[in-house]
Amino acid sequence: MSINTSSIPLPAWLEIGLIPVLNIVMALFFSGLIMLAIGVNPIEAVGIMINGAFGYDEAIGYTLYYTTNFIFTGLAVAVAFHANLFNIGGEGQAYIGGLGVGLVFLLLDKYLPMILLIPLGIIAAGLFGAAWAYIPAWLQAHRGSHIVITTIMFNFIASSIMVYLLVNVLIKPGQMSPETRQFDESAWLPFMHDVLGWFGMEVTRSPLNLSLVFALICCVFVWVYIWRTRWGYELRTSGQSEAAARYAGIKPKTVIITAMCVSGALAGFVAVNEIMGVHHRLLLNFTAGYGFTGIAVSLMGRNHPVGIIMASLLFGVLYQGGAELAFEIPTITREMVVAIQGLIILFSGALALMLRPWVVKVYLKFKPVDEVVPA
Amino acid sequence: MDALSGFFAILDATLRVSTPLILAAMAGLFSERSGIVDISLEGKMLASAFAAAAVAAVTGSAWLALGTGILVGIALALVHGFACITHRGNQVVSGLAINILASGLTVVLGIAWFAQGGQTPSLGSGARFMPLELPLAEAARSVPVIGPFYSDVISGHNVLVYVAWLAVFATWWVVYRTRFGLRIRAVGENPLAVDTAGLSVSRLRYCAVAICGALSGIAGTYLSTAQNASFVREMTAGQGYIALAALIFGKWRPVPAMLACLMFGFLDAVAIRMQGVSLPLIGEVPVQAIQALPYVLTVILLAGFIGRATAPKAVGIPFLKER
Repeated sequence: MSINTSSIPLPAWLEIGLIPVLNIVMALFFSGLIMLAIGVNPIEAVGIMINGAFGYDEAIGYTLYYTTNFIFTGLAVAVAFHANLFNIGGEGQAYIGGLGVGLVFLLLDKYLPMILLIPLGIIAAGLFGAAWAYIPAWLQAHRGSHIVITTIMFNFIASSIMVYLLVNVLIKPGQMSPETRQFDESAWLPFMHDVLGWFGMEVTRSPLNLSLVFALICCVFVWVYIWRTRWGYELRTSGQSEAAARYAGIKPKTVIITAMCVSGALAGFVAVNEIMGVHHRLLLNFTAGYGFTGIAVSLMGRNHPVGIIMASLLFGVLYQGGAELAFEIPTITREMVVAIQGLIILFSGALALMLRPWVVKVYLKFKPVDEVVPA
Repeated sequence: MDALSGFFAILDATLRVSTPLILAAMAGLFSERSGIVDISLEGKMLASAFAAAAVAAVTGSAWLALGTGILVGIALALVHGFACITHRGNQVVSGLAINILASGLTVVLGIAWFAQGGQTPSLGSGARFMPLELPLAEAARSVPVIGPFYSDVISGHNVLVYVAWLAVFATWWVVYRTRFGLRIRAVGENPLAVDTAGLSVSRLRYCAVAICGALSGIAGTYLSTAQNASFVREMTAGQGYIALAALIFGKWRPVPAMLACLMFGFLDAVAIRMQGVSLPLIGEVPVQAIQALPYVLTVILLAGFIGRATAPKAVGIPFLKER
């Protein structure tokens, strides 16, 4: 007798512990095969990557700096996922979030003190990101156009707008590269090495800045929002069953728009790390694919803030370790990390349930069927 | 006559830039009509473009390159099928994974194999698809208007451009005039009915997805061995998504999708010539505005402001056979 394995419940440690780990192992196994194919010893590569990500304090700074971006974009994707919406537009929302920061700082950085500029910058990043998500959300809610397609299109539109603005409007006069002028130092989010220096701790300079703290605060907020508020309850209900939500008096249209705006704001916060924390000017392509990585992070982290922090750290290690790897081994490039990312999305996302029937079979070897499935 | 020949030059460029879009849009049509969302056109094109350029560089044969491009396209399509059909995974996630994988892998392999910063060695004319002179093109040139149109616009393309036109006709014929096409359409609208009729939903969808892979493989091969003479990293530059937009714009039908591709190609061809040109009344139109136009138009169309684009009913929903 063949059993329909998908209806057999598994204990939590298998369902959210073992299976996700097995999926990542699969992805890393195939990544290893790619490395073997180009003549790199995968074990040696892993050694270089881990050392390059954690070996010295500057490396840790870089790892955590990347992690910060992934927490923001991962949370953005997760919030939308809980409402059963797929936000592929994190990249564009982050980009436009940067525009918000840039506009506010270009206008005000000479006039306001730091204590006002930093919150204003954060608000601008969130608002602009949310606004860029609002349009696809409104179109989905009221006109029924598919959010996946519209957010993809909005990534391209955002990119065109930013190129136009930076090349023609916001560029610092008399300069070739399409960037704005540098913001006044009062608008810079303090670097972590400076902050730790105030407390007498000496660390090497790295791009890591206070955004990491803000990202962790966002994780707490997202957790509270999704699991401990009425809005979060409406969001999850509407995500699981729109009909049930409507029957319970929840308005799915409002939920779609709120969820996407929160998601867009979170994606926009990438600009807090990149523009306010590191570059201190608006420039082209500062998002560098972080919005897409957020999808991998969210899938790996099972849309939960704790999982997202762990997955973000793993991707931070991959990015920083990957840079080190490209430096040490000339035949390998940073794009290896992109390929690994693709494999992780494939195995942790699209093929997430591939191994489940096998796990169920092994599980049933230890537990009789009639004990697991009520008759 | 100068204005006319300038216009013909734009039309000629339109055909050249629309070709990969048309092939990719027909590819997407098969997949989406069978109920499988395909945002991985971009990744399949990129991977095929790389594979074709690599094979052409090593063997010097354009036809072997085409074969490899098609095989790579099919292979990635089967990965997509394995995830979406066999394991009922999320189709958008799977497509995205393929895009990201292709974007990384092509550069990694390119640098490891050719050590030219992710590019493949540039191809000689023997290893590429070169322009063909259609019969009577020179003789017809003397005929006013139609003559130059025939010799400048219609003639003088490489064979893959004509393959793309053929692909549109073939797609229309297969989808609307054959039993297989009827089943593909049915499986995208109501898979349960197809299953009840005793046909295998998985098998039909795998077929559709494989055809999609083959066509995107041709599109990718065109990019690196016909339109250009080597593979350059990220050379698809969003064309897979434009093709997807054109498919939606054409409401998932072959001929309207082709017209949308031609329109987007025309915009692209015009954009290059409009750089720095000031138009009366409007002034200088930013290139970025024209480049963003296909995306903006698709969003407006999807919002139902210019007609309604209705997707195949079962698109994106995994099929679970009742037990």
